[in-house]
Parts: sequence; C-alpha cells; structure tokens
Amino acid sequence: MELKTPLSEKDLISLKAGQVVLLNGTVYTARDRAHQRFIELLGRTQALPLDLKNKIIYYCGPNIKGDTLGACGPTTASRMDVYMKAMYIQGVAATIGKGQREPAMRQLCKEYKRVYFVTHAGCAAYLRNRITSYRLIAFGDLGAEAVFEFEVEKFPLIVAIDTQGNDIYERLGTSSE
Amino acid sequence: MNRKKIVSTVKKLVVKANTELRKDVAGLLRTAYQDEDNRQAQEALGVILENARIARARRIALCQDTGLPIVFLEAGADVKISRALIDAIQEGIDQGYAEYGFRASTIDSDRHLSYSPYITHIGFTRKKGFTITVFPKGFGSENKSQLKMFNPTVSRESIDEFIVEAVRKAGCDACPPYVVGVGIGGTSDSCLLLAKEALIGRIDRPARDTSAGKWETSLYEKINALHIGPMGLGGKYTCLAVKIKTAPTHIAGLPVGVNISCHALRSASATIRDF
Ligand code: SF4
Repeated sequence: MELKTPLSEKDLISLKAGQVVLLNGTVYTARDRAHQRFIELLGRTQALPLDLKNKIIYYCGPNIKGDTLGACGPTTASRMDVYMKAMYIQGVAATIGKGQREPAMRQLCKEYKRVYFVTHAGCAAYLRNRITSYRLIAFGDLGAEAVFEFEVEKFPLIVAIDTQGNDIYERLGTSSE
Repeated sequence: MNRKKIVSTVKKLVVKANTELRKDVAGLLRTAYQDEDNRQAQEALGVILENARIARARRIALCQDTGLPIVFLEAGADVKISRALIDAIQEGIDQGYAEYGFRASTIDSDRHLSYSPYITHIGFTRKKGFTITVFPKGFGSENKSQLKMFNPTVSRESIDEFIVEAVRKAGCDACPPYVVGVGIGGTSDSCLLLAKEALIGRIDRPARDTSAGKWETSLYEKINALHIGPMGLGGKYTCLAVKIKTAPTHIAGLPVGVNISCHALRSASATIRDF
C-alpha cells in the first residue's frame, strides 16, 4: 500500500501492525541531540524551528558531503522514547526508526493515535535511492544530527506499533525483562 | 618511513571497509537468503544484499553509522612503532572519511565532532611488516556488548545462557542477522577485546580447533532458536555466525565478553612490507 504525506487521522487509524507501506512525500530527520534541543526550546517556551504538527520524524543521522547526500538509514528508536510524549503533544504524526521500543510507547501510540514505523536497518545505501531531495532545516551546528527535510519516494516502511497499541515486536520481550 | 604509502593505504581501507560488504559476510547472507522460508524475513535479507550492491557500485556507505574507526595494528619484528606511524594512520582515516563524506560520529566532551582519536590496538608478530585493519564499529550493536566475570568452575551451560541472553536482550535493535564475537579468558578488559577480535577473521570457516568449532556451532543453533531474524521479523537467521576467542586467565575467575556485530560487519586489512 502507498501513502502520501501529510498522513490524515484516517490514514493513521487504518494502519495495522505488520503492514507494509511505501511512503511518498516529506519526512524530517531528528535524532538524540535535535530532540534534546526541541525539549530545551519548549522548556523556555520558545518557538521550534519547524512546526511539528502532522510531521513524520525519521530517526536518522545521514552522511553528507558538500551538497551530496550519502547513506541515510534509521537509527535505534528506543533512545528517543523519553522524548516521545512531548513530540506527540507537538503533533508529530509518526516516527520512523529501527528496533523495539519500551512497552510504554504502545500506550502512547494508542492514546495519541500515532504510529511507529520501522525501515530496513543497516541498508542505508538502498534507502538513499528512495530519497529524491534534501535540505537543511535547523541545528546545522549538530552535523549529521541536524534536522533535514527529505523528499521520499516509495520509502519502504513496516508498521511496528499501530494506533491500537499493537506492537510487532511484543513477541521478542524487552531488554529490561 | 614511507608516510605517503601508509596514508594512502589506510585511506583505501577506510573506503573499502565502509562500502564493500565483506565476502564472507555476503556469502553467509546469500546462503541465508536462499534458505529462509519466512517470506518477510527473506525479503529483508534480499534488501541487505541489494544494499551491498548499491553501496559498492555508488561508493555510498553500507550504513550511515560509519562507526568509531577502530584500528588493529599488527607489528612485525622489523617494525618500529612511532608517533609518526600512528599520525600517518590517523591522517589516512581522516582523509578517507572526509573525502567520501562518511559521517563524523566521534564526539568529545566539548561536543566537537571528528574522526579521531580513533582507537588503536597494537599487537605484535614475528612476521615482517605490519598489518593494518580498519574496523568501523557502529554503536547500535556496540551498545549491546556484555561482560560477565564468572567463577572459574562455571558450567558450559551457564556461559551459553549468558551469551544467548546477551543476544536476546539486543533483540532487533542492533540490526540482525548478527555476527556474535565471544571472548573467554584474560581480564575484564581483554576478554571484550578478544570478543571484538573474533569478528576480524573469516566468519564462514569453522574454528581450527574442533572442540571450539563445535561450541561455536551449538551457540549458533541456540541463538537462531531465538527467531529474532532480520528487522525482528523472525525466521531462521538471528545470527550468521558465532566466533569464539580464548586466552589464559587467572585461576580465580573466568571473564566472558560478548561483542555483537550487526549484519554490516565491516573491516578491511592490508599488510605493508616496505615502509
Ligand atoms: S548496528 Fe550496524 S547496521 Fe545497524 S545502524 Fe548501527 S552500524 Fe548500521
């Protein structure tokens, strides 16, 4: 199934854990330090450099040389679990990453009707071919951890946690168990 | 010392390690792809192989996490280890990473990003010349490392349990199918180094010592019985191989270290004889 951004509430609710989706449209990269900056700005009630409403966040720190985008695969999502609630409150529609998340994320996805997608981990050259353009949006000083806007075409995703809180990785247990 | 030669050799190794999937890893991935009958897991394995083709053809990094550039240096009897040699290796690392736009993932306490200081492990051999291995280690998998100081009389089952549990805890976060390096013996620090070194040699050949080989095979089977699989989608391949390295240790203990590598197990080596 193909989907186009922005994802409507209907799109989000229709998605079921395990479903394969090809995404067209726009996603925004942010990983550890960009999230930390978002939280700092929100704490000081300052405006964020981009409106997160209905945006899809891609946990990714790409390779970039000059104007050329290189490898750009997903990073481990669970490191961003602590920021998730604040991001949903800002209106983030979905996140893309790799790996399992804390069980509390199932509840959050259910409560806010949001989705966590995973994509092919460690396949950064393959995923590069699904990105048609990119530009820097904010926090350029963070290098690869800056916020970039990616235009994606048929970007391959699997729904890992759906809006019902179903998690394809539940069968694997958690690292703290 | 032929500085230019060292710099250019290291630079080539940086590019090779980051853009060319190791032949032994690729071979095991192909076997897994052919053998897998969980369709979704098989497709994910297919994407990993396709990724390797694209990375090689377009000189794009296999993974955006181009790792901490770790260097293993094996110095022969005729080699003088000097600051100049270490600096030349660093120069090759810097040039290779910068020229190909590989990510600077090393951060210091001032939040400065760079490719250095890379981590160098120096070993010695009686052969001539020196062998440099560039081993970019991603942190998705490095974060899953485990150490346990066992009693010297511990059973084989307890050691196995600890190793399998390390993989179970890693779940699918560290990009399976994994290559699991195990270090047994030495000290707390050196057994983890052994575990990492176990990942450098060919992983598609059984250990020379048959009892070690049997142990590796039985761990391989136990780990694959976890059915984590590529992207956590299940199937037969949670790991591609298990490699054990051992060393003598103190009579009062038995350190066991586990170093997990993702499917993007990267390393490249070269031996320089005239330097
Ligand atoms: S664990 Fe390996 S394949 Fe996965 S993101 Fe890190 S370096 Fe890449």
